[in-house]
Amino acid sequence: MNEKNIKILVVDDFATMRKVVRNLLKQVGYEDIVEAEDGVMALKALKSQKIDVVVSDWNMPNMSGLELLKAVRADADLAKTPFLMVTAEALQDNVVAAVKAGVSNYIVKPFTAEVLNEKIKKIMDSINK
Amino acid sequence: MNVKFINPFLEGTISVLKTMAFVEPRAGKPYMKMDNLAKGDISGIIGLTGSATGSLALSFSEAAILKIVSNMLGENIKSVNTDIKDAVGEITNMISGVARKNLEAQGFNIQAAIPTVVAGKSHSITHVMGGPSLIIPFEIDEGSFVVDVCLSE
Repeated sequence: MNEKNIKILVVDDFATMRKVVRNLLKQVGYEDIVEAEDGVMALKALKSQKIDVVVSDWNMPNMSGLELLKAVRADADLAKTPFLMVTAEALQDNVVAAVKAGVSNYIVKPFTAEVLNEKIKKIMDSINK
Repeated sequence: MNVKFINPFLEGTISVLKTMAFVEPRAGKPYMKMDNLAKGDISGIIGLTGSATGSLALSFSEAAILKIVSNMLGENIKSVNTDIKDAVGEITNMISGVARKNLEAQGFNIQAAIPTVVAGKSHSITHVMGGPSLIIPFEIDEGSFVVDVCLSE
């Protein structure tokens, strides 16, 4: 599988941030990108199509990124889905909570397209080993 | 307002806009603002609580924010729309995040609220603590913007 030929689900309650992340992903060669505006919509997307990586914001109304991560890990069909958490700050407590919940990696805003690419590549490399 | 608060916000602003919007903001000389009048056409404001309390506002000229958000989205935006308003909130949030991380190194533990965005000529910015605020002016080639912060220990 071409490493750029993967389907990425971008989850953020702000349409503008979804566009920003989509723009960054496109800059580094990812084309197959779908979006969800919150955790609930993200779960629906995950159940209806094959998603290779979830890139989710932490702070979202209704269902936060952490709650989405926990729901994904608790679902037998989705449990192994790679999950990259996006946070506005690297607070120790948040990082610990995300790691405990089974996050694959996390990325702190602001980030460049290259850093985003590295994180996704690292996640994909680890599951392809 | 303590001058040690200047650098975390100055560095946070440059870092966020350089990384996400590919612009190189040039900082001017900070000064104190005594009134509530915003310096720009659109502003994001976020409340801060914890070992220091107050608020941070980013106030952009229309020309500056159109360039910044156009770069962030990879499309040419010509007028202030929902994308611009959302982006101002997100930029304010990110700058607050980097600044709070920088302040953590100085022993401050500060949490942020959800940012709000106000647009329109001559709008006002009401800081949580009231009183004068610190202005850090910035320029990019297309226009100006300011960091407007009012924080006390």
